[in-house]
Amino acid sequence: MIDFNGQVAIVTGGSGGIGQAVVEGLARYGARVLVGYHHNEAAATDVVAAVQSSGREAAALAIDVREPDSGNVLVATAIERWGKLDILINCAGIADYGPLSEMSSERWRQTIQTNLTGIYHTCRAALRPMMQQRYGRIVNLAALYGTSGFPGQADFAAAAGGVIGLTRALAREAAPWQITVNAVAPGMIETDLIEVIPSEIQQWSAGIIALRRLGKPEEVAAAVLFLASPVASYITGQTLMVDGGWTMA
Amino acid sequence: MELQGQVAIVTGGARGIGRATTIELANAGARVVINYQRSAGAAESLAAEITAAGGEALPYQADVADEQAVTRMIQAALSRWGRIDILVNNAGITADAPMARLRPEQWQQVIETDLTSVFLCCRAVVPIMRSTGYGRIVSVSSLAALAGNVGQTNYAAAKAGIIGLSRSLAREVARDGITVNVVAPGYIETDMVETVPEALRAWALQAIALGRFGRPEEVAAAIRFLVSPRASYITGHVLTIDGGWVMP
Repeated sequence: MIDFNGQVAIVTGGSGGIGQAVVEGLARYGARVLVGYHHNEAAATDVVAAVQSSGREAAALAIDVREPDSGNVLVATAIERWGKLDILINCAGIADYGPLSEMSSERWRQTIQTNLTGIYHTCRAALRPMMQQRYGRIVNLAALYGTSGFPGQADFAAAAGGVIGLTRALAREAAPWQITVNAVAPGMIETDLIEVIPSEIQQWSAGIIALRRLGKPEEVAAAVLFLASPVASYITGQTLMVDGGWTMA
Repeated sequence: MELQGQVAIVTGGARGIGRATTIELANAGARVVINYQRSAGAAESLAAEITAAGGEALPYQADVADEQAVTRMIQAALSRWGRIDILVNNAGITADAPMARLRPEQWQQVIETDLTSVFLCCRAVVPIMRSTGYGRIVSVSSLAALAGNVGQTNYAAAKAGIIGLSRSLAREVARDGITVNVVAPGYIETDMVETVPEALRAWALQAIALGRFGRPEEVAAAIRFLVSPRASYITGHVLTIDGGWVMP
């Protein structure tokens, strides 16, 4: 059902967590993948090596999505290497924990700049090649907290809510070129990103999630891969919740 | 094949979105009960098509709003294949009229066929899925449930009812390995929307971001994902497939 043979993808935040699972899935189904990473070069190298050892193509590029030119550099690199761009998956993101009353302006800006503005940078750059070929799939990682909120993560929730708004607006703009734009909103997933959340809060969360457990990166990647595939051709502007049945709202 | 060895029931499985779903699931290796109410010819020929392609299908006539008929259908599936892994609640009808002219029987008929049928089918399969600790239920709602639609107070109520039912059931059965989700299609090219007035269709085309109506296969692809083992952390969700229309 899912087939990415002949396609080229960019995944930001691809060196770990959900991004890594997405890279592995894209490659497994045939895509050539450019893995954007911020500073964990060793991890990115490992991800690329694993893909290559399975007989697929991947490359890694150090990039800071907070930089306005980051999207242009990613897209130019992918096109120089493989001649086209079909898929953009925005997984790059950071998280911290602590109440808004004590939140520094610096923390606020860093989260918004990375988790939200970074997506603006990469989407803006990816649109032109996708428009030219009249096909594209963009999937943005938002978060359940973008709609539900989560105490201690007002910055993260604000960025995720912003991602959902951006996704819907861009979906309407890009639709005439057969480019779909969707978001995936994970709940609490077992990645480095939740290490900032106290373990008793994690346990409490697991207790109120219908499935009574946290999610795995592969379970989020499965939803991303579906939306990035050619068969998801009539779905755009949607936010697919992968939260184990939490708020269901 | 991902669904090899699994057994699926698709209500209203002979036509439209149901037919496309039956084909998707059969292509993925599932054995499929093609439930139908009146479309015997379509169900038989679809089953023959699947069999010819090396799959297995069982056409089964049942009014899914009839409790006894649903029980018999589930028994037939069990006696044939011994298990049920997937239920797709797709059967549905419309009986449109502005509420001022909506007759009680039009209300009742749509609520029974589109909503009570989902209750009856879910109730029948949940104990079977519980016993194996695995199950996937997907019900077909509608964009009308989320956005409303003139002349469809009955249909919108029934389809929105499916969402409330599914979210509650998702919480009830989560610890049994069963996920319960909903797809909400917008305008899809099926017999059901052929009755929509031309002016309304033209207006909708303007409003849909992708500028076209959807195809049954495009809804079936989403159902196919949600009933797969891969969709293991998604439950109680409503996935809208509307070409970027309302984007609820």
